Amino acid sequence: DTDSNADSEEESMSEGEMERLKEEVEEKKKIIATMRNKPWRMKRRECQAFVDKFEGALGKGKGKKFYAYKVMMTKKWIKFQRDFENFKTTCIPWERKIKEVESHFGSSVASYFIFLRWMYGMNMVLFGLTFGLVVIPEVLMGLPYGSIPRKTVPRAEQATAQDYSVLMDFNGYCKYSVLFYGYYNNQRTIGLLKFRLPLSYLMVGVGTFGYSLMVVIRTMAKNADVGGGDGDEGEFTFSWKMFTSWDYLIGNAETADNKYASITTSFKESIVDEQENQKDENIHLRRFLRVLANLMIICCLGGSGYLIFFVVKRSQEFANRDDLSWYEKNELELIMSLLGLVCPPLFETIAELEEYHPRIALKWQLGRIFALFLGNLYTFLFALFDEVNNKLEEEKSIRNASIWALKEYYANFTLHNNDSEATAPPIDPADVIRGPCWETAVGIEFVKLTVSDIQVTYLTILIGDFARAVIVRFLNYCWCWDLEATYPSYGEFDISGNVLGLVFNQGMIWMGAFYAPGLVGINVLRLLSSMYYQCWAVMATNVPHERVFKASKSNNFYMGLLLLILFLSLLPVVYTIMTLPPSFDCGPFSGKAKMFDVIMETIDLDLPAFLGTLFSYAANPGLIIPAVLLMVGDNEQYQHMSAVPVCFCVDEVSAKWHHAYSPVTPVT
Amino acid sequence: MLGHKRFSCNHPSSTFFPLSRLFYRYRDLAPQLVPLDYTGQPDVRLPYELIGSMPELKDNPFRQRIAEVFSEDGEGNMTLDDFLDMFSVLSEMAPRDLKAYYAFKIYDFNNDDFLCKSDLEKTLNKLTRNELTEEEVRMVCDKVIDEADLDNDGRLSLEDFQHMIVRAPDFLSTFHIRI
Repeated sequence: DTDSNADSEEESMSEGEMERLKEEVEEKKKIIATMRNKPWRMKRRECQAFVDKFEGALGKGKGKKFYAYKVMMTKKWIKFQRDFENFKTTCIPWERKIKEVESHFGSSVASYFIFLRWMYGMNMVLFGLTFGLVVIPEVLMGLPYGSIPRKTVPRAEQATAQDYSVLMDFNGYCKYSVLFYGYYNNQRTIGLLKFRLPLSYLMVGVGTFGYSLMVVIRTMAKNADVGGGDGDEGEFTFSWKMFTSWDYLIGNAETADNKYASITTSFKESIVDEQENQKDENIHLRRFLRVLANLMIICCLGGSGYLIFFVVKRSQEFANRDDLSWYEKNELELIMSLLGLVCPPLFETIAELEEYHPRIALKWQLGRIFALFLGNLYTFLFALFDEVNNKLEEEKSIRNASIWALKEYYANFTLHNNDSEATAPPIDPADVIRGPCWETAVGIEFVKLTVSDIQVTYLTILIGDFARAVIVRFLNYCWCWDLEATYPSYGEFDISGNVLGLVFNQGMIWMGAFYAPGLVGINVLRLLSSMYYQCWAVMATNVPHERVFKASKSNNFYMGLLLLILFLSLLPVVYTIMTLPPSFDCGPFSGKAKMFDVIMETIDLDLPAFLGTLFSYAANPGLIIPAVLLMVGDNEQYQHMSAVPVCFCVDEVSAKWHHAYSPVTPVT
Repeated sequence: MLGHKRFSCNHPSSTFFPLSRLFYRYRDLAPQLVPLDYTGQPDVRLPYELIGSMPELKDNPFRQRIAEVFSEDGEGNMTLDDFLDMFSVLSEMAPRDLKAYYAFKIYDFNNDDFLCKSDLEKTLNKLTRNELTEEEVRMVCDKVIDEADLDNDGRLSLEDFQHMIVRAPDFLSTFHIRI
C-alpha cells in the first residue's frame, strides 16, 4: 500500500542515496527547462513530479523525516475520510434499493422513496421519545392493569372485551391499554425515581411538534443550499453528462447494468427538458386554456366542498335516528372516499389543457389534490369536535352520578354491616361508573382512521397495480386487442397521490399522537412495511412514465406541504390543551382544571421559588414570540454555514497534486 | 532507487504510488510471459484480451479505448510501462490536467486530436448501450458541441474539452480507478 511504500522509501535512504537523488533532481530540472509547454508523454511528466516530490524533502529545511511523516499522515487522513464516507453511505438504509428504483424509473419516482425514508427517520425519533419517556415509565413504574378503574375494562363490557370484532374497533382490551390516553395515571410522581409522568406526557406532546418543526425547517434550509432552482444546472449539462457520468470504479456487472439504465434515464430526462425549452408557443391560446382549466378545477373544488358540507349536516341528523340503512350509516365515509378516488384523475384530465412541463404539472396537481384533501380534513375535524362536545356534556352528568353512586355504596355497606368499626372494602375497579373520557375517544378515531388508511392504500396497490399487471400479462395471450400497448396496460407510479397520502398521514399522526401514544409506533411499522411493499410493487408491476422528468433539485415543495400540514395539525392540539378541560377520571391530567396546569404545579412544587417568578415574567408573549423567531432564524443560518464543503489543508507539495481535489463521492 | 528489493527495475520513479503491487498485478495476468527480472528491459507485451479482462476494466464501456490510448503500439497491447502509466493517470493522485488530457484521448475514437460528431455519437452509444433513438443521439451531440465548442469549428479541440471538464464537479471522482 501507499503507506508501506513511503516507509520503505525512508528506511533505504542513506547519505549516498541522498547525494544521488540531488543529482537526479538537478538533471531532471534541466530536462524540464528545455521542454516546451506541450502535453508530455508520461516519462516527462514523471520528471516534474519527481522534482516536486523530492525537492521538498531535500531543500526546504524542515527535515525529510518530518516531511515524509506529513505526507504519510495526509495520505492516511485521505484514506480514512474516504473509508468513513463509504461507511456512512453503507449505513444509510435502503440506499441500494432506492438507487435501483432510480435507475429504472427516474429521479422523480425515487424522490418519493427518499421522502418516505426521511419520514421514517423522523418517526423513529418521535417513537423513541414517546416510548422512552411516556409508555415505558408507565408500564414499568406505574400501577398494573386492573388496579384502578381507568385501567380496567368495565364490568358491562368484560364479556365481549376479547372478541376480534371489538378489538378491531379498538374497544375492549385495546381501549384500556397503553395505546391510549385514558390508561395513564395522574399520580404526580411514580416509582423510585420519582418520575413525573404527567409533566413528561405534556412535554413529549409539545416536544413532538417542536422536534418535527425543527427537522422540517432544517431540511428545507439544507435543500435550499444544495439545489436552488429547478432545471438549469449550468452551461455544460450535456457535456458533463457525457464525459463524467460513467463511474470508472464500477467493477461489478449488476452495478454496471444499473448504471447504464440510470445514464439512459438521465439523458432522456435532459432531452425532455431541452425539448420543452425548444417548443414554440402560441401564448394567447395557451393562457386562455390555462385560465379555463383553472376555472373548471375551482368549480370542482367548490362543488366537492359543498357536497361534504351537505353530507355532514345530514349525518348529524342521522345521529339522532336509530333506523339507518347501511348506506345512511356510512354515507359520510363513502362520499369522502369517492371524492378522493374520482377527483384526482379528473384534475389530471383537465390539466392536459394546460400543457405544462411535466414537473410543473405535477406541482399543480399536488396543489389541487391538497386543496381537496383539506376539505376532507376539515370535515373530519368538524365531526370530531362535535363528538368531543357531546362527551363533555355527558361527563358533567356522569360525574355527579358517580359521586352519588359511591356515597350510596358506602351507605349500603354500613347499613348491612352493623359493625361500625369495619371499613368498606374499595369498590372493584370494574364496577366503578366511568366518565366518557373524550380524549381516548379522539385517540380511537385517529387510530381507526390511520389503520383504515393503511388498509385502503395496500389494497389499492394490490388490486390497482398488481392484479392489473397480472391480468394484462396473462389475458393478453387471448384478448382481441393488445392489452399491454393500449388500454389498460401497466400502471405508472402515481407520485402525487402517494406523496400527498404520506403528508396527510403524517398530519393525522401529529394530531393523534397526543391522545394515543401508541399511534406513533403503529406509524413506524406502517412506514417500514410501506417501504418494502412499495419498492417491490414499483419494480414488479409499474412501468416508467412515458415522459421521464427530473425531480426538482430541492425537495422543498414536499417539505413546504409538510410544514403547512404541521401547522394545521398543531392548531387543534394546542387548542384542546389550552381550552378544553381534561376528563375527570382518565388520563394523566385528570383532576386538573386545564392540562397545562401540570406545568404550574411543577414550577410551584419542584423548582426553587425565584424560578417561579422568573417564569411568570418570561411567559409574556412579547418575549416568547421574538425568541421563537430568533431560534428559527438561527437554525437557518447555521444550516447555511455548515453546508459549505469541508476542504482540508495540505502542505505545499501535496497541494500541487491536490489543488483540484473535490469532495469524496461514495463508490456505487 | 526506491529501494524495492523484490524485483529489479530501472523504471524511473513516480508513478504516483507503489510499483511493486502493480508489477505483481501485471505479472499475474500472464505469469509465463512476464519475467521477474526487468533489468534487461525485456520487450514483453501483454495482448489486449488479457488487459480487458481485468476486474477493474471488464465492465467499463471504454476499456478498449483506454488500452489503446496507453499502449505504445496503439492497439491495446501493453508493456509494463504502459500498464503503470495507465493506472497512474487513473489513480486519485494524478493531477486534474493530466487526467483531462488522457480523457480527451480516450474519447477521441478516430485519433484525429479532435472530438468530432462521430466520436461523440460513439461515446454516447457506448454509455447508453444504443438505447437512445437516432434523433435523441443527434440532439445530444448537437447540444454538447453547442455547449463546449469555443472556437466554433463544429468539433471539440483539447482546449475546448479541458475548459469544459475542469469545471465538472464529478470528473475527478468518476475518472478514477482504484487498484
